Amino acid sequence: MAEIRSLHDAVADLIHDGDTVAMEGFTHLIPFAAAHEIIRQGITDLTLARMTPDVIYDQLIGAGLVKKLVFSWGGNPGVGSLHRFRDAVENGWPRPLELDEHSHAGMANRYVAGASKLPFAVLRGYRGSDIPSRTDTVSTVTCPFTGEKLAAVAALNPDVTVIHAQQADRAGNVQMWGLTGVQKEAALAASRVLVTVEEVVDTLEPRPGGVVLPTWVLDAVVPVPGGAHPSYATGYTVRDNAFYQAWDPIARDRDAFTQWIETHVRGAQAPVADAEGANA
Amino acid sequence: MSEAPVTEAEFTQFTQFTRDELMEVNAARALAGAKTCFVGIGLPSTAANLARATVNPDLVLIYESGTIGSKPTALPLSIGDGELAETADAVVPVPEMFNYWLQGGRIDVGFLGAAQVDRYANINTTVVNRGPDKPEGRLPGAGGAPEIASNCGKVLMVLRHSTRNFVRALDFVTTLGHGSGPKDRAALGMPGAGPTAVITDLGVLRPDPETAELVLTELHPGVTVEQVREATGWELRVADEVGTTAPPTTEELAALRALKAAGKR
Repeated sequence: MAEIRSLHDAVADLIHDGDTVAMEGFTHLIPFAAAHEIIRQGITDLTLARMTPDVIYDQLIGAGLVKKLVFSWGGNPGVGSLHRFRDAVENGWPRPLELDEHSHAGMANRYVAGASKLPFAVLRGYRGSDIPSRTDTVSTVTCPFTGEKLAAVAALNPDVTVIHAQQADRAGNVQMWGLTGVQKEAALAASRVLVTVEEVVDTLEPRPGGVVLPTWVLDAVVPVPGGAHPSYATGYTVRDNAFYQAWDPIARDRDAFTQWIETHVRGAQAPVADAEGANA
Repeated sequence: MSEAPVTEAEFTQFTQFTRDELMEVNAARALAGAKTCFVGIGLPSTAANLARATVNPDLVLIYESGTIGSKPTALPLSIGDGELAETADAVVPVPEMFNYWLQGGRIDVGFLGAAQVDRYANINTTVVNRGPDKPEGRLPGAGGAPEIASNCGKVLMVLRHSTRNFVRALDFVTTLGHGSGPKDRAALGMPGAGPTAVITDLGVLRPDPETAELVLTELHPGVTVEQVREATGWELRVADEVGTTAPPTTEELAALRALKAAGKR
């Protein structure tokens, strides 16, 4: 059963040094506030998994907390490079970054296998690509019925999955809608699940395309209004495209980045909201 | 590098449109008649949205974030902008998008960009070799491209033409186009036909049916064969008869500029 908790306590209790953590959300509902709390608490030596590392992992990588990245597309969408990611890979700053790299189809299926508690998933993928030469989590399997050679990708089972959703009820059941990405699979693949939400409501009203995660598969629910910014939460906020564009020059420069993290993350307080999700 | 015969500024003043606009308009035209298109972000998204506004109003735009039948009024910055989902016929989870819709063979055309392309339209978006004493240059990685290129009915590509992008040998094969010849895709069991056109700011390249090697088949107005050769990192083959693409119409340019202006608001 998920307890409704403060961001500080939920992160401190559920995420530990050396964990494999998936903070999912495909462009939409990216759990930035939880990532900032990880930075404030200095939780380190993390293996981070995400299909699209996005600015959220650029920040965690630049803050020196990440030893390995599992991913499939590492850019700033529509803007350009993730400069902290590139600097870590190319120059080892602020520490070397090990990579486990996939295609989107492969990563999505790794979570599917993880949620299904199967050792691997099967897809018609990676054909003719050099990607399998750089990872030990892609192989091939022969179909026992047709003889077709198919790609096999190892299950991804994070220690912790962190996601952001629009709403929870007081029992800790969660609902998200709009682009729901790979969050259901990432949550059900994980040992522990932390969900930040825009709002706690009396009753979850069914939404078209809504995904409900029952409280008994979650560990903590934390009201953090605006907790996806600069990503967004359909029905509450819009994507802050200007921030994504402004991130480029900040991340390009090590000093500018470090100063930004000091000012806007390490120097800021963890957001504290009351039980309904209104900012105190 | 020798200089282009006409500078971009001179070209634009003379023609009233830019080379990028020529590329975008021709990329949109390539979608005439298609039913469904898996749309990459950036230039492919510009082309696909322009196609909906001009040659193919019923084109079903599919973005990897899970939207099927998006009808944005402004060019999206990311593949997950809110308007893509709000205007879609259906929004599906990401594993479903890749497994049921893409791998399931439901999508006619995959529209991709690229960092590096070789003469067989293979794509590198992973790493570039920057010389013996330098670390590998890091690119974003594969995203959806390997399976888009494998599973869509056919693939269109759009990118700017330079020796930096059109290279003799890829540093890394992220996404297979035609491998090293016309039989490679079939041997690997790839369902789709693979790349059928590469549209650039200078012209259009298409694979030779016999060899699968890209051949220059069309030039944009005002561009010479020599210019395209100089911008290509291998000895480019040129069709016996090279066509010229029609200049953008007033309607095409107006629609393109309106989409871009709306995207900046």
